[in-house]
Amino acid sequence: MSEHETETSSRIDGQARLGTLATLRRGLELSPELRTGLLLTLVLAVVATIGRVVIPFVVQQTTDNGIQAEGGTDVDYVVRAIALAAVVVLFTSLAQYAVNVRLFTAAESGLATLRLKAFRHIHDLSVLTQSTERRGALVSRVTSDVDTISMFVQFGGLMLLVSSAQIVLATILMVVYSPLLALVVYLCFVPLTLLVRRFQPILGRAYGTVRERVGDLLGSIGESIVGATTIRAYGVEDRTAARIDEAIDAHRTSAIRAQVRSVMAFVSGQTFAGITTAVVLVVGTVLAARGQLTLGQLLGFLFLVNLFTQPVLMATEILNEMQNAIAGWRRVIGVIDTPADVSDPGEDGVVLARGPITVDFQDVSFAYPGGGRVLRDVDLRIEPHTRVAVVGQTGSGKTTLAKLLTRLMDPVEGVVRLDGVDLREVSFASLRQRVVLVPQEGFLFDEDLAENIRFGRPDATDADLRLAVTELGLDSWVDGLPHGLQTQVGQRGESLSAGERQLVAIARAYLADPDLLVLDEATSAVDPATEVRVQRALEGLTTGRTSVAIAHRLSTAEAADVVVVVDAGRIVELGHHTELVGRGGVYSRMHASWAAQQAGV
Amino acid sequence: MPSPAATAPVPRPVGDRAVLRRGLRVIWGGMVAQRRPVMVAVVGSVLWAAATVATAWAIGWLTDEVVEPSVRAREVETAGLWMIFGVLVAVLVVNVLGVILRRVFATVAGFNLQADYRRRVTRQYLRLPLSWHHAHPSGQLLSNAHADIEATWQVFNPLPMAIGVIFMLLIAGTMMILVDPLLAILGLLVFPGLFAVNLVFQRVMSPRVTRAQQLRAEVAEVAHESFEAGLVVKAMGREDQETERFRVRTHQLRDSLILVGRTRGVFEPVIEAIPTLGTLAVLGVGTWQVSRGALDAADVVQMAYLFSILAFPVRALGWVLAEIPRSVVGHDRVQHVLGAHGGMSFGSTELARTARPAESALTDVSYAHPGEERPTIREVTLDVARGSTVALVGPTGSGKSTLTNLALRLVDADSGSVRIDGAEARQLARGEIPASASLVAQQTFMFDDSVRGNITLGEEADDASVWESLRIAQADDFVRSLPDGLDTVIGERGGSLSGGQRQRIALARAIWRTPRLLILDDATSAVDPSVEQAILAGLREARGGMTVLVVAYRMATILLADEVVYLERGQVVDRGSHADLVARCRGYLDLVQAYSREAAERAAVTRQEEVDR
Repeated sequence: MSEHETETSSRIDGQARLGTLATLRRGLELSPELRTGLLLTLVLAVVATIGRVVIPFVVQQTTDNGIQAEGGTDVDYVVRAIALAAVVVLFTSLAQYAVNVRLFTAAESGLATLRLKAFRHIHDLSVLTQSTERRGALVSRVTSDVDTISMFVQFGGLMLLVSSAQIVLATILMVVYSPLLALVVYLCFVPLTLLVRRFQPILGRAYGTVRERVGDLLGSIGESIVGATTIRAYGVEDRTAARIDEAIDAHRTSAIRAQVRSVMAFVSGQTFAGITTAVVLVVGTVLAARGQLTLGQLLGFLFLVNLFTQPVLMATEILNEMQNAIAGWRRVIGVIDTPADVSDPGEDGVVLARGPITVDFQDVSFAYPGGGRVLRDVDLRIEPHTRVAVVGQTGSGKTTLAKLLTRLMDPVEGVVRLDGVDLREVSFASLRQRVVLVPQEGFLFDEDLAENIRFGRPDATDADLRLAVTELGLDSWVDGLPHGLQTQVGQRGESLSAGERQLVAIARAYLADPDLLVLDEATSAVDPATEVRVQRALEGLTTGRTSVAIAHRLSTAEAADVVVVVDAGRIVELGHHTELVGRGGVYSRMHASWAAQQAGV
Repeated sequence: MPSPAATAPVPRPVGDRAVLRRGLRVIWGGMVAQRRPVMVAVVGSVLWAAATVATAWAIGWLTDEVVEPSVRAREVETAGLWMIFGVLVAVLVVNVLGVILRRVFATVAGFNLQADYRRRVTRQYLRLPLSWHHAHPSGQLLSNAHADIEATWQVFNPLPMAIGVIFMLLIAGTMMILVDPLLAILGLLVFPGLFAVNLVFQRVMSPRVTRAQQLRAEVAEVAHESFEAGLVVKAMGREDQETERFRVRTHQLRDSLILVGRTRGVFEPVIEAIPTLGTLAVLGVGTWQVSRGALDAADVVQMAYLFSILAFPVRALGWVLAEIPRSVVGHDRVQHVLGAHGGMSFGSTELARTARPAESALTDVSYAHPGEERPTIREVTLDVARGSTVALVGPTGSGKSTLTNLALRLVDADSGSVRIDGAEARQLARGEIPASASLVAQQTFMFDDSVRGNITLGEEADDASVWESLRIAQADDFVRSLPDGLDTVIGERGGSLSGGQRQRIALARAIWRTPRLLILDDATSAVDPSVEQAILAGLREARGGMTVLVVAYRMATILLADEVVYLERGQVVDRGSHADLVARCRGYLDLVQAYSREAAERAAVTRQEEVDR
């Protein structure tokens, strides 16, 4: 009950301010597959590039030594050169194929790993952190953000490798042909290098904005899907549409803006490439006129310039595209690197033996980030085999208590202990086996009833399911459903009523068979007769176990061994129902009001 | 765990043969819709194409006119050098201008189309009935509105360049024919070859891309559902199982994308080798022609240069063709949404704009959830008289919520008639019902907006009226304690508020509208009894002009009602005053007495224990 937690801005570090290189490094670290066999791929890429260099070489040889050979055209020479070139092209293509396949495999494997890591980490984040981001935006971090990277690591990575190899080869050939002209080419490209460096951060920011807008877009579209009922009930289709349109337009504008910047970056590269060609032809003509260069060499060199500028342009283009990928990568890395504030001690964690459980709250306080205390100095000991009811006003801190008890959150101060062990030291696997929380809105998956109940214990047999349902006294309800346990519950369980969904959630927890069962308003939408029935069944279940139930309906408190009364974040009363009723405090007033309501019958 | 069994079918890929034709039709549709930017982009592309070819021509021409004479003369004039520089820069300027126009406007067209389709798709989401929503996983719908639309229009990136390339080929072809017809024919044979290879590629590619796109949506579905279930997953410690579920889909997607990549991997080297081989052929034949004296060396060089310049842009045609299968698949998936029927139709009747309470009447109404044979509601007749309060009571799953949805026409009844103020609900104009009636649903939905925005839903409002409704809903105290008061942003999941607080904001949302008919569907289940009492008292006070239908279990709520309707298994079992029902309706008695009977039994047991002791 977090009256004060109002920090709604995402606490997931979406725009981790990692630099480009740091992002790439972290990205490679997270997807080691991207690096496997990279050396061989690189070698193959160099081989593939040779094919592209063969053409100008043959052209030069053909014009100089073949067509313009001294003493007339040497046809045989040309034929031999071409035949050789054809063979090289064949091998090149094979190498290129190998490069493609290797890169695709590496890229997709690496990104699948990244997706999985991000997905898993989102589940490892605390409920509190998860809820600061809209679902659509969270989904974008494992879908479209990753897809953005995929385009770069498949094509971009390949092109960048091939281009670099080509630049190196073209440079060597240019130097061999004419060191002076090669120098001219390089001088012409110096300003471009500077420009590219300037453009990179600008593009980075532009693409970063696009990724954010995609998150917003998915968030607002998600609203129209998840909020379908409310939107219709209030007739606010137009307003919702306007809000979506805003997000659509913001995304469109940011995407166009980023593209325009990228075009400008590309075009400036192209300008330098064109000017380079012109300068080379001018300088080359002077050199040729002085006899320092043959005409064939000059023309061959022009091909080389083309061969050099193309990969340079390609590389600038890829660097632009890379900023797009980096923007997506940052968001994925951002979520993975958001510290799991409530983390599993994992291997080092204590594994608790099963059996009756003792719970200890010692000086526990809790505050939501940026908010005041919602629980203050709570001391509470729950003995094994006790049935505890927690009651109090809305917003008094009951749910917080339940979340601390099940370690969905950690206390700001103090310690919660389970069988004497600090909860933070208990391995999650052991904790979740022993302690289960049934929240007020237990989510149902788009599956049949049986599968949803089985969620509590995946290895449960059909007979186990039936037994659980029968023991809870829900068999008549289940039998009344169109297909019994095989009834499909629909998206989010929406084919069932809210009360029915709660019954499924309880059956799920019952099947999970925990040592400590925590019920947070778990039957609030269930009719009283069913509730009483389920309550009795749970009492049967909870004999010999510990249970904590948070409830507004004081019938739960009447049945409990111990009633804990919470008020404004503190435990104000503690004891058995009959005892508390007689005390004339908060509880007796609450009970009087409850009894008055029942009196109407 | 679960596989998306209820996933609505998405159209399977059409015959491969049709893909190209359909793809071109999709592209044409997009071009027509965005004719102005597309036209500018095409003009840019033509400029670029002309400039690219002109570069080759200029180099040949400059070689003949300036370079060669200079080399022969062993001296060079400054004017000649300026000529070289000037001509090449002029061509460059045209080229750059062309590229800017082409790429910027292609981008504009592409993103305009994406935005336009997103608007259309989301309009469908808002228009289609709830039953349609229930049949489609949220993740899939998100994917339709984003990834699929993106896939459809991605083709607009290489498109203008490809159009320019076609133009370029025409110019280059003409030039080649002028230089030497034999060489030209040889050269132009390359292009049909490229096209044929592309067709084969598409045929192989299409089904693979379709599968990848489908899996993309499935990955989004699993992610969406799983994140939505975050709390339950955590509370049950099922992170591993969920990750496994996601892993299966992710790895399927990975494998399918690798397959797509392999296909591209074969295709790309082939398409790249073809022009290269063409260049070699031109050189060979050219040499032969030169040796015969039919051609001079400079022509052959120019021809070879033309080829080497074309080799790269020609791949743009390949890119367009390669995008087409994805485009068609994306388009089909989007059309599945755009083509969905079954939106509610509205009439033109308007309700009287009065302040007096409305009356609601359901007569012989039956309703079955889509795909279910057994009706949830069976021949229910329910009259809520003007200004009265009726309590709807019944066991869990008896159809109470469905009935409230029917009364407000959130779903249409299969048979029977639903009336508000005597007017048939189906005849009412759009927006008429929400203007007069408000529903506070069992499960609250919060918009990603401020407290004020969540209450007024965008309508003009003075703060006093908002505070007043918050007060009646017993929400004013906690809202006042929020850091920004009414302006505090709640967030989609209302994550920072407790269930009871969200319910009270939802209640204030309804109260603020001063509806003439208010339907409360167990709207205070998360609120503790004393607060509920206060809310009910406030409502009673404010209720002067309201008809209220309330789904309730709690006695306090039921006692407020003028009449109680008891529902069981979708049928009205009994109706009357609370006292009447207690006296004669067994099911009702069991339900409302459950707590007190339980308390009595417990007390008896305790007494017995004491006696025993």
